[in-house]
Amino acid sequence: MENLLSGVELLARWDVMLALFVGSVGGVVIGAIPGVGAAVAIAILLPATFSLEPIVGLTMLMGIYGSSMYGGAIPAVLINTPGTAVNALTCYDGYPMTQRGEAHRAVSLAYSASFWGGIFGILCLILLSPVLALVAPMFGSREIFLAALLGIILVILAHRGQIFAAGMLAMFGIFIQTVGLDVTYSQRYTFGFSFLTSGFDLIVAVLGLFALSQAFFLLTAPDSSPDAKPVTGRLTDGFKELLKNKRVATVASGFGVILGMIPGTGEFTAQFMSYTYAQKTSKTPDQFGKGSSEGLVASEAANNAVPAAAMIPLLALGIPGEALTAMMLSVFYVHNVIPGPQLFQNNTDLVCALYMSLIILDVIVVVFLLFSTNLLTKIIRIPTRFLGVLILILAFVGVYSLRNSLTDCMIAAAFGVLGLILKRLNLPIVPIILGMVLGGIMEVKLRSAMPRLKTPLDMIDRPISFIIFCLIVLVLALHLRTLIKEYRAHQGEDDHDLHDSQMR
Amino acid sequence: MSRVKTLQSLSKRYRHPGDLVFAWFVLIVSLFLLSQIYQETTFKAGGKLFAQPRFWPAVSLIGMASFAALHLLGSALSERIEGRWKEVALWFSALEYAGWLVAYAALVPIAGYLPSTLLAAILLTLRVGYRSKLALISAIGGAFVIVALFKSFLQVKLPAGQIYEVLPDGLRQFMIINF
Repeated sequence: MENLLSGVELLARWDVMLALFVGSVGGVVIGAIPGVGAAVAIAILLPATFSLEPIVGLTMLMGIYGSSMYGGAIPAVLINTPGTAVNALTCYDGYPMTQRGEAHRAVSLAYSASFWGGIFGILCLILLSPVLALVAPMFGSREIFLAALLGIILVILAHRGQIFAAGMLAMFGIFIQTVGLDVTYSQRYTFGFSFLTSGFDLIVAVLGLFALSQAFFLLTAPDSSPDAKPVTGRLTDGFKELLKNKRVATVASGFGVILGMIPGTGEFTAQFMSYTYAQKTSKTPDQFGKGSSEGLVASEAANNAVPAAAMIPLLALGIPGEALTAMMLSVFYVHNVIPGPQLFQNNTDLVCALYMSLIILDVIVVVFLLFSTNLLTKIIRIPTRFLGVLILILAFVGVYSLRNSLTDCMIAAAFGVLGLILKRLNLPIVPIILGMVLGGIMEVKLRSAMPRLKTPLDMIDRPISFIIFCLIVLVLALHLRTLIKEYRAHQGEDDHDLHDSQMR
Repeated sequence: MSRVKTLQSLSKRYRHPGDLVFAWFVLIVSLFLLSQIYQETTFKAGGKLFAQPRFWPAVSLIGMASFAALHLLGSALSERIEGRWKEVALWFSALEYAGWLVAYAALVPIAGYLPSTLLAAILLTLRVGYRSKLALISAIGGAFVIVALFKSFLQVKLPAGQIYEVLPDGLRQFMIINF
């Protein structure tokens, strides 16, 4: 209770509330513009938040993270183009509803399902906190090393149909974080260049891979200007209809929470699994893809439950499960707040404040959307090449404000071109970022665990480390089983569309 | 023969044009980097294997080369889609915009953040094909809002332009702080 009150005290400041409001509203607007997304916005704003207090910077970024998917549903429903990659399945049922003249029903259902998922995720985070506070201190160097290793394996295996590419890119991420001076002051892969001595900065790589690549992608593609028609009708109707689909919404949110906690899986897998569940258990499965309210609820509730759940491994263990939490990790580090087992003991008020900010942002976003949906349909119409120009200018300030370095801009531009190639080839970018972050964690934690290990088996002689090791073996065994099944069936699955979100 | 077919069916995926070029490129780069491991990393005598400075670069590069070889194999076995070199040409065309970014970054310490951003926004808008008054006004407005948000409001650290030195005292100070 004391921590809760301290949390309220942290939040009850005009600058924190302003940051939360700006982040929430900004996230919705950014999410509603196809081709921008939370990753681009967070990457650009990261350096700007370094000069702010931890709670101010974090609430702003969390506002963007938590609200972008609300906004992303608007173009998904109205023009069949997801605003963010994770709204992809929303198009399946949202757009057919719009074609039938039920745009307001689809949009309001998407908002209400998103709200349900968001609140469900936060409640799970709050309920799990005592367990996390209990379990987190049991994580020592070897447990965190194994958890990061599990994260890398899951990131690779989660990209079904692109496992080799994901593996290659994750390994590339691990490699580039080794460049520069290591802890023993030994130079690694600097090729005699002084600018490589300090290695590749994570934020420079993130800005290049997410923001600049998107700018290059839009600038090199033909120009287009999506046309979204205004929505007429009451947007509160969806909340009543949601109650008829509360089973689907709750299960989908559950999928979002579970998969959000597991590194490397995230919103897309949660959305895919909950959509499949909803279809299989529906009385009208043939309506899916033709404007089913259950399908829409399943996809929106699942992806909005993920942000809160993704905070669990980040806050409790310091292990980010996907690119956005990896970016937030750098904000924590800059402010000398180290996420991990100690956070729940030393900064419980900050953790409580973050939980409350997540609830407040959900309320702000829903209220904002009920009044501004038609305004957002106008923002969607920004021509894509013009958007590319704006993203390039915004990405510049992100990179250059870090150290005022021209070299950083050149490195970010190189990462931008790499990101563009990956987007054009529909290959995933996230494994590079997670490779960089988790690779660094693995190297540090393995090194610090070494003095206490006499034999390799000592690595798994503690309960938690043994459980994580069993999970690694289980994950690999299950994947092998799938491969053998495919081998026996003599056919590969046509799953190439599963990750075509890179194109959006 | 049936094994070859099985391998083909397991590796066969939908590949975008240019995938094979990228797969070869990554494999060659990873093998080159791996070949440099003795020159570019050290091995400290008496130290444990896992704590060696060479350990993680070696693990990551061996992994990268292995996955790149498998990705290349999958790409080579998949159906070829027309337009490979057109796609590669598009990748190279992005270098022009990378050049714009670097030129913009080089201009900021000389011309100042606001003038450089206005210039970059107008020129880039013209470069990508917009000629209307509305587009140019939007570019100027957008550039001004970005500068006001980041420099004036959020006070991000950006160098003052050398050109500001020629401004009168009061205005110079104002420009250095806000733009």
